[in-house]
Amino acid sequence: MENVLEVKNVEKYYGNKSNLTKAIDNISFTCQKGEFIGIMGASGSGKTTLLNCISTIDRVTAGTIVINGKDITKLKGNNINKFRREELGFIFQDFNLLDTLTAFENIALALTIQKVKPHEIEERVKEVAKKLEITDILNKYPYQISGGQKQRVASARAIITNPELILADEPTGSLDSKSARQLLESFETLNQKLNATILMVTHDSFTASYANRILFIKDGKIFNELVKGNDTRKQFFEKIIEVQTLLGGELGDVI
Amino acid sequence: MLFKLSLKNIKKSFKDYAIYFLTLVLGIAIFYMFNSLDSQQAMLKVSQSTRELIQLMITMLNFVSVIIAVILGLLIVYANNFLINRRKKEFGIYMTLGMGRRQISKILFIETIFIGIISLAVGLIIGVFASQFMSVLVAKLFEADMSGYTFVFSKDACIKTCLYFAIMYFAVMIFNTFTISRYKLINLLTAVKKNEQIKMKNPIACVIIFLIALATLVFCYYKVTIDADSIMTEQKMLQIILLGIVATILTFWSLSGFILKIVQARKKLYFNGTNMFVLRQLHNKINTNIVSMSEICLMLFMTITILSSSLSLRNTMQKDLIEMTPVDVNLYKPAYLPEGDEDYTKEAVEDSKKPITQTLKNNGFDLNNLKDIIEIPIYATNDLTWGDTLGSTLEEAKKQFKMLQYDTAESLVKVSDYNKIARLYGQEEYTLNDNEYIILCDFDNMKSLRDEALARNEPIEILGKEYYPKYNECQSGYIEMSTSHINTGVILVPDSCELKNTMTEEMFLAANYNADTKEEKQKIEDILAGVGDSEFVQKLKDKDIELDGVTKISLIEASTGIATIVVFIAIYLGIIFLIASSAILALKQLTESSDNKQRYVILRKIGADEKMINKALFRQIGIFFLMPLVFAIIHSIFGIQFVIKLMAVLASKEQLLPSAITTVAVIGVIYALYFIATYFGSKNIIKEE
Repeated sequence: MENVLEVKNVEKYYGNKSNLTKAIDNISFTCQKGEFIGIMGASGSGKTTLLNCISTIDRVTAGTIVINGKDITKLKGNNINKFRREELGFIFQDFNLLDTLTAFENIALALTIQKVKPHEIEERVKEVAKKLEITDILNKYPYQISGGQKQRVASARAIITNPELILADEPTGSLDSKSARQLLESFETLNQKLNATILMVTHDSFTASYANRILFIKDGKIFNELVKGNDTRKQFFEKIIEVQTLLGGELGDVI
Repeated sequence: MLFKLSLKNIKKSFKDYAIYFLTLVLGIAIFYMFNSLDSQQAMLKVSQSTRELIQLMITMLNFVSVIIAVILGLLIVYANNFLINRRKKEFGIYMTLGMGRRQISKILFIETIFIGIISLAVGLIIGVFASQFMSVLVAKLFEADMSGYTFVFSKDACIKTCLYFAIMYFAVMIFNTFTISRYKLINLLTAVKKNEQIKMKNPIACVIIFLIALATLVFCYYKVTIDADSIMTEQKMLQIILLGIVATILTFWSLSGFILKIVQARKKLYFNGTNMFVLRQLHNKINTNIVSMSEICLMLFMTITILSSSLSLRNTMQKDLIEMTPVDVNLYKPAYLPEGDEDYTKEAVEDSKKPITQTLKNNGFDLNNLKDIIEIPIYATNDLTWGDTLGSTLEEAKKQFKMLQYDTAESLVKVSDYNKIARLYGQEEYTLNDNEYIILCDFDNMKSLRDEALARNEPIEILGKEYYPKYNECQSGYIEMSTSHINTGVILVPDSCELKNTMTEEMFLAANYNADTKEEKQKIEDILAGVGDSEFVQKLKDKDIELDGVTKISLIEASTGIATIVVFIAIYLGIIFLIASSAILALKQLTESSDNKQRYVILRKIGADEKMINKALFRQIGIFFLMPLVFAIIHSIFGIQFVIKLMAVLASKEQLLPSAITTVAVIGVIYALYFIATYFGSKNIIKEE
């Protein structure tokens, strides 16, 4: 299997010499095509920093990140933007939809920015909307639709460009449980039917249980790794809870 | 404690305050310059003949400064409101910390006073120095005597400025207190995050309203140009102005929706790069800014119209002056006064039978002072009035111009007499057959009336003999010098026409001063029309002889005075309007940029590069700046024509184009500067942290 993402000895420091914070402390992992990886950790564990580094929003202090054979830590200026636009798809906790544009236009914007030919756009948007079951809300504005629908519109925008890697940052963070379930089911569909590679950051065990493999991060280091394998989602969920308990702190911390 | 907080706030939000502060300082400086003009009249050394004009100017300045104060007041309240809105979150934090609304108001109160004092001081200093510079410039512009130049500080203007601005700051304070009292804590804290509820208008309604607005505008344009004569009453003018304002507002209300609808139908354009985003952004912003967009458009319209018409007026006057004053002096006196009339002294009646040269000599004026003397008689008879010359067109003329005195007697001049004058003036000479006549007329409205009559080729009757027009329109030319083209008509008749001496209405003399230098000319001028009566003038007065006249020097002085007043007031009003509208636009854009920062962050997150984002921002701000300007220019193209009609005597169309271009260029530069500042400011705001 080809590696879509290779993270090698990545470190990220904040602050100065006298007051150094290691947000990421030597993390390495790989992600293969068609995988659905979850990254879990408490707030402040460095999971969002890691995602920002992978998504080229932030720069690493040391180490390399290779996406689709390209070392993104060496990219500069407009190449970063070009790379981000062509190879990555983003799904954010607060949807990040433009409130002045309709759902259709929000999705189409990802394509127009890539200078896709206008006549292709309509077709592609409709196609992806069908898969995510948002066809009937395409002409509505973000304020007219529910949170779950918004997140599905955002997902549609993320995958419409056929990115190598979809990065999701707490995608269910602003959703109620029903909408969250619906969204995660559509992630599953994207992952299984379209063979999309998804990297999802979350602190919610239920959300994480939809992934194939989970990396647990604590204090900037990989603390544990869980692979779903042939488990049912319920079994996998219980395993996650177990790890979470461990992650919560060593016995010594309690006393 | 609160004082310290206020001070720190100002320091902290200095970038935000920069435009506010700048606008205040500019406003104060200009207000001072404007109001200190009357104390600077000393340096604009004008002769006695223009004293009255200056008094008029001061009265007008006082009146105009009230208007300007109101405009500036509104502008300041407006700018202040923007700053307050930007600081919602800050106030929210104060409130969560337990600070009451009253205390927040107090902070703002101190801030306002602080900024007010600094801006007043800076503005006044700039104003005092700029007014010196301005005076020099203006004096040069209007050829005024600079010898009396002194550094002027106007205490009155200073006090007035302080007073007016104190009132404005007071208004700001009241406004702030009012705004703060309306805030709710929850809204303050979430002010930044709050997702705007976009109110979308029905696109079809937009298209319909846009078409209606357009039709209304076209109607207004028609009314002020082709059909202008029908709205010459104040009430009708007001109606058209109101209609125009409403149409402008409607246009802005519907324009973005209309454009959006059209572009959306053209997929190639709509789905291209960030076009979709820019259009939606505009649509959204214009929705919330209809009133201010219209206001800016109308302000720009006024600026362009006022500046270009006044510049045109000045250009016309100066061009005319040179053209219209070919000799140094014109003298005229009534001839053949009725004998035995008690209104006239015996000496006057006797004198009225003699030529002017004789009068001059008899009263001790040395004729060697003059050269190139030409003297001619001008005839008139009650048998030939304006009405008679208009012939069969009289009825139509009466409909068009009710107020004309159609029984005014025409002035008649023998063609050979006129040719003598024309030769001296350097104008065209004419020849006439025995049954022909020519009308000289250069006053536009009168000329068009007369041309119609001439075109019908109807004869006029003088002393029982019929004469036919030689040309089917009026010829240019005049006998008496004036500051502009106001010759309402002189009829040239062949020398064979038997005009009797008793029909002589007045004697007319044109001559140059027999002098080479300015000083020598002024000496002769002083004898004829100096400050205080000369011996010569006194003698004429004693005898009650009505010798009247105009001189080149006095014409130029009078004209300079009028032009000065008009241009002064127009420039000040224009600049204030311009600053006001540019500042409003700039503030609005900057605030919008920071309000919409999140949108640009999203664009960046979905992969738009900096170049794309900057382009989108540039276009957005550019369109926002351009739209009111474009409409203002279209408005003024028609508005100026109407102004020209109103000022028929003073301005002419040929002079307008360069003035209009100059105005648009000046406005363009100031406007462009504000635009660039806004673009870079906005770019800075949306920059990634």
